[in-house]
Amino acid sequence: MAVSSAAVQPRPSILSRSLSLLADSRNALGFGFMLPAAALLLVFLTYPLGLGIWLGFTDARIGRPGIFIGIENYQYLSDDAVFWLSVFNTLLYTISASILKFALGLWLALILNQNLPFKSFFRAIVLLPWVVPTVLSAIAFWWIYDSQFSILSWALMEMGLIDHRINFLGDPVNARASVIAANIWRGIPFVAITLLAGLQTIPQSLYEAATLDGASRWQLFRFVTLPLLTPIIAITMTFSVLFTFTDFQLIYVLTRGGPVNATHLMATLSFQRGISGGQLGEGAAIAVAMIPFLLAAILFSYFGLQRRKWQQGGGD
Amino acid sequence: MATIKKTKRPELDEGGMGYLQSLPRRVVTVYLPLLVFVIVLLFPFYWMTITAIKPNLEMTDYANFNPLWVVHPTFEHIRYLLFDTSYPGWLLNTIIISTAATFLSLLAAVFAAYAIERLRFSGARQVGLAIFLAYLVPPSILFIPLSVMVFNLGLYDTPFALILTYPTFLVPFCTWLLMGYFRSIPFELEECALIDGASRWQILTKIVLPLSVPGLISAGIFAFTLSWNEFIYALTFIQSSENKTVPVGVLTELVRSDVYEWGALMAGALIGSLPVVVLYSFFVEHYVSSMTGAVKE
Repeated sequence: MAVSSAAVQPRPSILSRSLSLLADSRNALGFGFMLPAAALLLVFLTYPLGLGIWLGFTDARIGRPGIFIGIENYQYLSDDAVFWLSVFNTLLYTISASILKFALGLWLALILNQNLPFKSFFRAIVLLPWVVPTVLSAIAFWWIYDSQFSILSWALMEMGLIDHRINFLGDPVNARASVIAANIWRGIPFVAITLLAGLQTIPQSLYEAATLDGASRWQLFRFVTLPLLTPIIAITMTFSVLFTFTDFQLIYVLTRGGPVNATHLMATLSFQRGISGGQLGEGAAIAVAMIPFLLAAILFSYFGLQRRKWQQGGGD
Repeated sequence: MATIKKTKRPELDEGGMGYLQSLPRRVVTVYLPLLVFVIVLLFPFYWMTITAIKPNLEMTDYANFNPLWVVHPTFEHIRYLLFDTSYPGWLLNTIIISTAATFLSLLAAVFAAYAIERLRFSGARQVGLAIFLAYLVPPSILFIPLSVMVFNLGLYDTPFALILTYPTFLVPFCTWLLMGYFRSIPFELEECALIDGASRWQILTKIVLPLSVPGLISAGIFAFTLSWNEFIYALTFIQSSENKTVPVGVLTELVRSDVYEWGALMAGALIGSLPVVVLYSFFVEHYVSSMTGAVKE
């Protein structure tokens, strides 16, 4: 290595030689290259993560640093019916939205994988709901779900299916269904396009071979498509579950947790208590309570990746 | 040679067994569901657009006007939005913040991705995994401690609060995406350069970066779109109306408690969506391929 740097600089001084030695050392160079990213992430991600856990054990309020109060916040929350309702809502929201997103997304991916005219055009417009800022599309949904001028109510009444307007966001059951529907609308494109990419890596010859062996359409899907798609399904759905579980924007726009807390998710409750209510400690404790769920999802993702490695015969 | 290449192209291969399907069957199993999907996925955009150009009279009178159409289109809502509200200011704020956060994140991510993927310093694999885990940490659990930090650092209600916090989700994402891209650049190119006496810096700037322009573009678009769409940090860290970004401004300033100005709201949502839609439509192929690449890894 010293020879090669000498070729660039004919008369190396001690300083430049030690510099070039440093530049040739993988670890020193790696450290230097990692520095900007590591600094940003340590200061604005790792430290706040720790600070959040610490805040959960204090009675901090906005404008006043708290003192350590042990697990009092968690004791308070464990007796708080609204908190448990928000946990239930979050699980209901995540599970039902994820299942439907997966089913519809997979279906759309299978359709888009057919030999279609204007294929890339369809792929492009299908992604639109995912590209547009969630808050802005949620505002459109707010207007679609308007209690008086809802276009859905109007259309159903015109078709004669209902005889009075649906109170989409004012009734607990309807409000839950409405926010889940809006979440599915936004999530389908991501699932569909990533699964489509997975589908396209499956060699056509496998289908031809299976067809020659007399496989039915369902068997083709069950024994060729699904096993080969499993790794990418695992990863896509983990991401989808993580982002649905921590969703904030849709609820904040559509219902702010109402009616009677029926749509409060843990993230929105944390915002309401921590920022709007000023109880930083309690808000942080609610946020920390989300971590075990997230860890479970990440472990699931980890085993999904392991499975993928195994299928490819090890290595990365 | 040309014929061999042709048969290898996937789009010719895909129709392989298509002849086994009859046309009526295809209509029922493919075209009809696709039509329903497209209508459902696009309807909110249509509804947004048509509301933005509808006079208030037509908007609330469903008995005399079909709500799905507009009889007398008007630009009144858009004019109101652009000249009587702070909307242009929010648009400018969003552009400045998104651009700055994107550049900052890309710069950090390029070095980090190159170091992890190519320098292979000791512990590079662990650092790569840590970056991946960092991407999984959601803003919903960080915004409270970050708001405390932002306040203590004196950044509250300034654009810097957002420029410095957006990289928490942009850097991991861009690094991960670029790592996948760098992996596709042949090692031999770098080895040749090393033998010719190039330094690591020269390799990065003269060989790796020019070859990864498409990857940089897609990482940049992703980062820009993610910052443009960000909501919870912008809602928490910004208070004064003139410093808000588009998503927060539209929601908190255009919605008044008693009267909803639906026309202006929809116009605001539409115009706020346009930049990312336009950006993405130019690079849709990059977008799709790199998204799938990023997820596959």
